[in-house]
Amino acid sequence: MTAQDVNRAGESSRTSLIYDPRVRSIFFQVLLILLLVFGIWWIVDNTIENLRRSNISTGFGFLRGRAGFDISVSLIPYSSDSTYGRAILVGLVNTLVVAVTGIITATILGFLVGVARLSRNWLLRQIATVYVEVFRNIPPLLVIFFWYLGVLSILPAPRDSIELPMGSYLNSRGFYFPRFIWEQGAWLVFAGFVVGLALTWFVARRARARQMATGQQFPVLWTGLGLIFGFPLLGFALAGFPLTLEFPVAGTFNLTGGVNVSPEFLSLYLALSFYTAAFIAEIVRAGILGVSGGQSEAAAALGLRPGKVLRLVIIPQALRIIIPPLTSQYLNLTKNSSLAVAIGYPDLYAIGGTILNQTGQAIEIVVIFMVIYLSISLLTSLFMNWFNARIALKER
Amino acid sequence: MKHTIAAILGIAALGFAASAASADTLDDVKAKGFIQCGVNTGLAGFSAPDDKGEWTGLDVDFCRAVAAAVFGDGSKVKFTPLSAKDRFTALQSGEIDILSRNTTWTVNRDTALGLNFAGVTYFDGQGFMINAAKLPGVNSALQLSGASVCVQAGTTTELNLADYFKANNLEYNPVVFEKIEEVNAAYDSGRCDAYTTDQSGLYAIRLTLASPADHVVLPEIISKEPLGPAVRQGDDKWFDIVKWTYFALLNAEELGITKANVEEMKNSANPEIKRILGTEAETKIGTDLGLANDWVVNIVKTTGNYGEIFENNVGAGSPLKISRGINALWTKGGLQYGMPIR
Repeated sequence: MTAQDVNRAGESSRTSLIYDPRVRSIFFQVLLILLLVFGIWWIVDNTIENLRRSNISTGFGFLRGRAGFDISVSLIPYSSDSTYGRAILVGLVNTLVVAVTGIITATILGFLVGVARLSRNWLLRQIATVYVEVFRNIPPLLVIFFWYLGVLSILPAPRDSIELPMGSYLNSRGFYFPRFIWEQGAWLVFAGFVVGLALTWFVARRARARQMATGQQFPVLWTGLGLIFGFPLLGFALAGFPLTLEFPVAGTFNLTGGVNVSPEFLSLYLALSFYTAAFIAEIVRAGILGVSGGQSEAAAALGLRPGKVLRLVIIPQALRIIIPPLTSQYLNLTKNSSLAVAIGYPDLYAIGGTILNQTGQAIEIVVIFMVIYLSISLLTSLFMNWFNARIALKER
Repeated sequence: MKHTIAAILGIAALGFAASAASADTLDDVKAKGFIQCGVNTGLAGFSAPDDKGEWTGLDVDFCRAVAAAVFGDGSKVKFTPLSAKDRFTALQSGEIDILSRNTTWTVNRDTALGLNFAGVTYFDGQGFMINAAKLPGVNSALQLSGASVCVQAGTTTELNLADYFKANNLEYNPVVFEKIEEVNAAYDSGRCDAYTTDQSGLYAIRLTLASPADHVVLPEIISKEPLGPAVRQGDDKWFDIVKWTYFALLNAEELGITKANVEEMKNSANPEIKRILGTEAETKIGTDLGLANDWVVNIVKTTGNYGEIFENNVGAGSPLKISRGINALWTKGGLQYGMPIR
């Protein structure tokens, strides 16, 4: 019996190179890599050859050329004399602005609606349900058009602007509000703000330590708010109120002066926020439902009020379920911002498209698009994974 | 979105196809049996579908003329509506054979983009249109300081606009859209104070607005916009056919050959007319181009001569009522000059 066994094992090791799963797996992996490398080489080689044959210039040198076109919304200095590279940077900044503001608003709105979906108040619950069902089931492009064509473009012309408090105006050219112009000594205000922040952090730490030691609570929120607003105000007064406001006033065509938020930005921002908030609401609801009911009952039994139960017991546990799908929503929102091209908000995609047409460098521009969107997405994921790891259940 | 995808597919085609743009477009066109022509998505007078869904316009008729020259049948042409942004990629990737889409001839497009312009079917210049009902007292583009100006993305118009306002030290706020329909809608809804594009385009767009009578085209012309058909570089045979189709249209007008009289003209004793219509004995003009010798007869039978195309689509016979101006023949004080067919 033993001899037979040995014999069989010997046989199989002799016949086996083809049947050895390890060899096979390596063989197929090498084959796959070879095919992949060959495929990529073939595409790149063909592209270069075809471009050469069609007499189309190639390379990224065009990025240093003069752009020659103007961009309506730019947070960094830009004029038609700037380079194409700079124009792409302007587009990237505009994309980031709408993505970040959109993500913040969508998260806040999504959490509120998600919690409202589980509220005991019938009306609130129904309103939240209708909201989610409506926005979740409409393509984002339509939501953008709804805001752009349905809401913002039917506002009155600049001459008949709707007057809002604090010298702000709303008309078909967007939202106008006064511009803050800081004068000499303004640094005191910002210094006050920084001091306020630092003190708040310190107070919060001490309060937590005290609560751990003695169980006594300290009103951190109110103290913090007082510090964060009090110190800048103090600095403001000390420096002799170094601020003037530039109010928007009616010009020949538009309101001039002040800050203008274009209707293109507003509709994109509102649409992305409202659309994504519907998904976030569902994720939040799922996360809260994923925390077992015993947790809230136990918390209630300890005498915590409903608000605190939600804040201290349910949400921290729900977050572990919420964060991973939330990351996908953030990525979606960022990528959906490229729909800006439909309403003329100069985001990365729109400006890149213009450059593509002015220079004809289609392949280079598409490569730039892919690299930038990929980087934004990977950085977002990286941050969210870090955050997820931080709040993950710590097993002791 | 659809066109963006088309553009990206076009780029992908550059990568995948063993030979994206074949060197012999004429053979390809003959093999598939029709010409693929890139036109505007909708610009009255130049290329727009009529109420029966047929494409009409000056740019469209030019493609029909080329089809008539190649196949003797002006209906053997298919149209691809393209946005300003996608047009060059479509031509470069071989998706279309001719780009006849009110496209300005510039050195950059002739060189870096790998195109060849076959001629100028319409000499245009960029202008501004405003709503005079809302802006009384504005009668010059120099009064537009601080205005919001609607413009289509990726056009020479966008660049001229920046140059003009910069040169005159005026402020403006560009409102840029990718599709011409979006620009029109934005201007009509009052998002912008002024609309800028080629003057011919302004007249065409004015017709589509809610109340055309309120809008006026300002007198300033701020640029030269020679609009013409373009083909890919590196295919001289095809380039020649497109170029000489254009000259044939001009020469036909100069010699008084029209859609109505082309059959009679075939019996003409005038050697110049005989030469152009291919009735001269032992003629080789058509076959040297790779076409039939009666190619000009076929062209004129299909679309008429250049003057007829102009009048039917943008001139007196159309709602646009644009005068010939600099687009008249050179014999009548214009710039249209057909090279001799001999």
